[in-house]
Parts: sequence; structure tokens; C-alpha cells
Amino acid sequence: MSVITPPGQAPDQQAVIEPPARQSYLRRAANLQSVWILGVLVVIIAAFSAAAGTKFLSTSNFSLISQNIAVWAVLGVGMTFVIITSGIDLSIGSVLVFSSVIAAKIMESVGGDGWSTAAAGIGGALASGIAWGALNGFLIAKAKIPPLIVTLGALSVALGLAQVLTGGIDIRSVPESLTDFNTYIKILGIPALPFVALIVLIIGGIVLHKTKFGRYTYAVGSNELGARRVGINVDRHLILVYALSGACAGLGAVLALAQFGTTTIAGQSLTNLNVIAAVVIGGTSIFGGEGSIFGTVVGLFIPAVLQAGFVIVGVEAFWQGVAVGSVLVAAVYVDQSRRAAALRGSSRPSFLALLGAKKAKEPAR
Amino acid sequence: MAPLLEARGLSRSFGHVRALDDASFDIEAGEVVALIGDNGAGKSTLVKALTGNLPVDSGELYFEGAPVTIHSPHQASEMGMEVVYQDLALAPHLNPVQNMFLGREIPRKGLLGSLGFMDEKKMRATAEAGFAELGGTVRSFTAPVGAMSGGQRQQIAIVRAISWADKIVFLDEPTAALGVVQTRNVLDTIKRVRDKGIAVVLISHSMPHVLQVADRIQVMRLGTRVATMPAEGTTVEQLVGAMTGALDSQTVKRKENAS
Repeated sequence: MSVITPPGQAPDQQAVIEPPARQSYLRRAANLQSVWILGVLVVIIAAFSAAAGTKFLSTSNFSLISQNIAVWAVLGVGMTFVIITSGIDLSIGSVLVFSSVIAAKIMESVGGDGWSTAAAGIGGALASGIAWGALNGFLIAKAKIPPLIVTLGALSVALGLAQVLTGGIDIRSVPESLTDFNTYIKILGIPALPFVALIVLIIGGIVLHKTKFGRYTYAVGSNELGARRVGINVDRHLILVYALSGACAGLGAVLALAQFGTTTIAGQSLTNLNVIAAVVIGGTSIFGGEGSIFGTVVGLFIPAVLQAGFVIVGVEAFWQGVAVGSVLVAAVYVDQSRRAAALRGSSRPSFLALLGAKKAKEPAR
Repeated sequence: MAPLLEARGLSRSFGHVRALDDASFDIEAGEVVALIGDNGAGKSTLVKALTGNLPVDSGELYFEGAPVTIHSPHQASEMGMEVVYQDLALAPHLNPVQNMFLGREIPRKGLLGSLGFMDEKKMRATAEAGFAELGGTVRSFTAPVGAMSGGQRQQIAIVRAISWADKIVFLDEPTAALGVVQTRNVLDTIKRVRDKGIAVVLISHSMPHVLQVADRIQVMRLGTRVATMPAEGTTVEQLVGAMTGALDSQTVKRKENAS
């Protein structure tokens, strides 16, 4: 694209505005990383299906997979917003633990197994999550401390406080209404936890892609100074985004309590990194300004499907780490090459760039 | 008639540096005024002071004849003034329409609107009309701005500014990073903006460009306005003379006082 006058047109004539180039949806879709990563997911599923047949490609297997990623999916929504602002939130796992301890303590003191007890716990978990997130956001936006440091600190503090509150011993007093919700309830044929996660994903997607809040999230990550100059209250927005991430961690805490029937004080140390990996694999740029909830969903499924597949095929599950790590690095590499190509003005669909990654690099030299 | 915007005796110091020293400025409606001066002459500082980006130590502002104080860029926007910064302040990942309405999204009607949903169709139609009016070279309204040429980006930033400014647009070095064709497009755009009745303040280093589009030229030196001259009949030599102080007795005096 350039402003060079088309041949045959007198240079003085202003270039006529063409009907805005409506790139075919296919072409535009092909340029989204989430689409080619979806292709990777499909290939993985096809490979395992070929190897293990219906054992892998069964409803129960995918039901299990979706249950395994439900909590991460909820966290992933908040993380997607945060990373699009070119931030990072390392504290989500610890905030989840802290919130689940708060919720468990509240439910313990209220007593009983009914929904009213659970509601008190849910309220407590959400409030605790939002408070942690807002604190993170405040320190990042107002005190100008880098997000990596703020949330690294919060990771440590939240986990530490959770251990102080419990003496390091998990609380098991989760009302039955909550654990039953996970075990027995299916909504529209989907187990309850993944259903909740799905709702959160859909709401997150709508907010990110259709509302002003989402638009500002992209703008802040794309050009913070520019966003300030057009009058966006960037500080307030950052605080809200981190509070959203905290709220997601609070809701994740409720889901984790329902899933395991206990707090998981020692069990969330890698949650933050797993969620970040999923978000980045899904095409959300670590440099900000770009990303989608759909990509995050795909990014969540890749490690989960690999894990389930390895178990069924009989490969040691340890290989999952090897595979996920490789996909992560490859995803970011392709993302960067695609970005560089876009800056050079090439509109070559990115999955072709992937196949010809070496060729694509040459003209840059 | 009083000038559209007038500044009298603006001063502002940063530590020991007097960035603005009794600087004055004025512009009429529908006029292109070029603001020139060497690096560090105070052009950008003056524009910041005029648009609420920088509080001044002393001096008065008059808007349409009435004294005003402008506390924030937001207030300047509401008065009908917009600045196109040198870095354009566009979000590279967003498309031209999204950029144009950034911070001023048109909400959808009813409940959805109050929930923060945006009327994309209306924004797009308005943006297309805005670009068409300026005879722009922006070809795609769906591609991210980051993938576009410098000239196209400049144009998007200008269209955004004039869509919201009905009084004055400040352009900070709009042609600094552009090629020949793109520069001419921007200069044409400036003329069209003026023809719409919007005043343009053009900061530039390029004397030929300034002489080409400006109606009046105000020369800054050492934080103050040292000369105002009509573009017609003025030569590059005269401008350079005023900029460097060779022509101006006032600056010589000021220098003597300073030492």
C-alpha cells in the first residue's frame, strides 16, 4: 500500500477513495494467529484420533479435557485483557489461592451445606480477587512500577498471607452444594464448571471485541501515550483491567473449590505460567495491542489435548511439557515473523509464512 | 474583530531555562499561521501552553476576544482545538476508523449503548465521509494503521483532528518524515482544512513548505516571538534571518541583557 498515484492518473488528481478495501474474510482470517493455531490444534486432534481412535475422540475424553481447563479458561480471560495492555499478571495463581482461603474461611464460619453458604463464599472470593487486582493495577498505573515486578510481589505476598491464614494446611470445609455443582450438574449437556467457564469466555469476548472497554484495552496496549492524548483515562483503565484479572482469579478460586473440595495452597504455583502460555499461544501479543479471547481458548486446549492424548496413547505425560514449551516458542516466533512481514507491507497469509518461514526471512536480510 | 486565539506575554521556565519568555501569538479564523524557529526556540512549548498541555508561569490567553485559562487538553478539545503531534498518537494496531473515534466512540442506542457497546456502522460511515471530504489516499478502513505508509498515517491523524476541531488545528512538523508526494498531499490537505474555515497552526522546519501554504508566519527565537510576516512577498532568506536573529534588533538587545 502506498500513496503512489495509480498509472494513467494525472498526479494532480486526488486519488479517488476506493470503496474501502473489503479484504475477503478468508484472507483476513488467515492473517490472524488464532486461526492458524486452531489449525495446529486440529492437526494434534487428528493425529491422536488416528493413533487412538474413538478412545481419544470420545465425548467423555473431551468432557474431561474441558473440566481440566475450566479454571484456567476463567483466568485466561483476565490475562488476555492484561496482556493486550502489554502488561502481565503473574499473581493470578496466588490470588486464586488467597481468594479460595478467604472463601473457605467464610463458608467455614457461616457453616452449613446450602447455597446461601456458598454464595457468601463466592462473594468473599470475588471481593478478595478484585481487591488484589485493583491493588496491582493501582501500583502499576499510579506508582508506575512495572507490571512484572508488582505482580511478582503480589504472587509472593498473596501466597504468603494465604499460608499465614491457614498455617499452611488446606481447608476442606467446602459446602456440598458447591462440590455437587461440579460433580452432578450438567447444563445443556456440558458439565457445570466448563459451562461457567464458557459463559465467562463469551462475556469476555463480547466485552473485549464489542465494547468501549475492550477498544480502550487495545488502545492502551497499542500506544499508551496516544491513548492518553485522545483523552482516555489510561490509569483508571489499567486499574480496571487488573481488577478484572483479579476478579477472574476470584471466580477461578470458587471453581477450584468446587472442583477439588479443598483449597489448593500448594497446587497453583505454575498456574500463572500455564495461563500466560495459553494466552500467548493463542496469538495475544506480549507486546500489547493485539489478541483475542478465541485465541486464548485455542491456546488453552493445546496443552490440555496434548496431555490427554499422551495419556491415552501411552506416552509419558512428561512429554507434555516438552511439547507445550516448543509450541509456545514456535507460536511467538511465527507471530513475530508475521508482524515483521505486515510492517513490510506483505499480506502473505501467515500459515504460508509458517511453511516458508526460512524463505520469508531472506528478504529481510 | 478580535483574533480567534491570542496569547500575550506567555512565560514558562524549566529550572534555569526560560522555554517561553514573554511569547505572544495570534491567529484569525480560517487562517494558516506557520510557527517557525530553530530547535529549542520554544515552538512546541508554545503549542503545549496554548492547548492546555503545559501551565504557564505568567501571561494571558484570549479566545474569541475573551480571556480564558486552559487547564487541560480536554478543555482545549471542547473549545474546538486539536493537536496533531509529531508522533501522531495513533494506535498502530487499530484501524483508521477505530483510531478516528478513539476516546469518542459513538455509543449504540438504548441499553446496549450504556453498557459500552459501540455503533460501528455509524462510526465507519462518518469516518468514510471525513476521509472523502479531504480527498485522502487512505485506501483501507479495515487494515491496522501500523501497516500503512507515513503519508496515510499523517492523513488519518489530520482527519481525526479536523473531525473534532471546528476552530483550530495544530500540526507539529506534519511533513518531517514524508516523501515528496506525501508531503504535497499533506500541504493540499492543510489548504482544504483552511477552506473549511478552520484555522491551522503549522509548525515546520521547512521554509518552502511554510511559504507555500501559510498566510502568515510567526518566527520564534529564544522563547519569544521575534517577527510576524505575511507569507506573500517573504523570502526564505528573510525567514532564516529572523530565525537566526540576523534581522532582528530586539533579539540582539535581549542577548545583551542576558549576558
